[in-house]
Amino acid sequence: MAVDKNMNILIVDDYNTMLRIIKNLLKQLGFNNVDEATDGAMALEKIKAKSYGLVISDWNMEPMTGLELLKQVRSSNDNFKNVPFIMVTAESKTENVVAAKQAGVNNYIVKPFNAETLKSKMVTVLGDF
Amino acid sequence: MTEPSKKTGRAFGRDQVIKIITSVINKVEHAEGDTNDAIYMELRVLHSLIEEARREVGFARPGDINNKYIPGATDELDAVVEATAGATGAIMDSCEAIEGIAAEIGGDASAKLIEQVTKIYEACSFQDITGQRIKKVITALKAIEEKVNNLMRIVGEKLPGIEESGSQGAAEGDAALLNGPQLPGKGINQDEIDKLLSQFD
Repeated sequence: MAVDKNMNILIVDDYNTMLRIIKNLLKQLGFNNVDEATDGAMALEKIKAKSYGLVISDWNMEPMTGLELLKQVRSSNDNFKNVPFIMVTAESKTENVVAAKQAGVNNYIVKPFNAETLKSKMVTVLGDF
Repeated sequence: MTEPSKKTGRAFGRDQVIKIITSVINKVEHAEGDTNDAIYMELRVLHSLIEEARREVGFARPGDINNKYIPGATDELDAVVEATAGATGAIMDSCEAIEGIAAEIGGDASAKLIEQVTKIYEACSFQDITGQRIKKVITALKAIEEKVNNLMRIVGEKLPGIEESGSQGAAEGDAALLNGPQLPGKGINQDEIDKLLSQFD
């Protein structure tokens, strides 16, 4: 199924610079409906209030981390339970990747990353576009 | 561990204090004859050790460390984060303006401009990485500050437990996973992450 470029995407990062970078890269890829959150708790509120086709989240945030956000999303009984989730983080240890995968992450991008990597992981998760 | 004092050349430490206290307790428990004099002598030695420890801490000027050096260093680092965030924001403002101009131009030139702007966006992620590294350094400085505070409190109010550990224990559970950004060679790269993830499929 073709990827709907009008779908809502939520990006979560406590660094405004990263939010702008990811938002601009998504815009270049043709995705313009992008919302932002600066920590897991804010992201969870947005996910509960609106339907998203993809969540791209940092890990290391306060008070709620990206991993905790992922766990809460996956453990819910709501429609958003299975929302595609990509972790974009500077945490690059094997145990981090394993923990994220076990929590239900769809893909994992280590920072710093480039536009090509972002696109390829989105294609892996969502399908070609 | 017992370290020699740089000022006096004498060795003192918690082990020695404990040894003296144990000796005093033994003497009290088995008190006979001239024991009071022996206890008094032991307590005199103990007192001098405590005073020496206090002097050593004083020479280190822990007040300066906590009131001046550490706050100064953390302020400097906060300023670095703020300055790089500001500069990165300005660079990205320009990139977004260039993207707007590129859209007006159209054609090959536009595509080339967008390609270069994308590279600038990618490079701007340095601010996130350096910010996280600086945050780790600030956290370490604050931990030192807390330990110095503990030291001052202990030496100032009771026994010189200068080797007492602080209240911060090792992180457990999910919190133990927050150690990034990893230094070069300490983490795995994107290809290795992809390979690892594929093992779950």
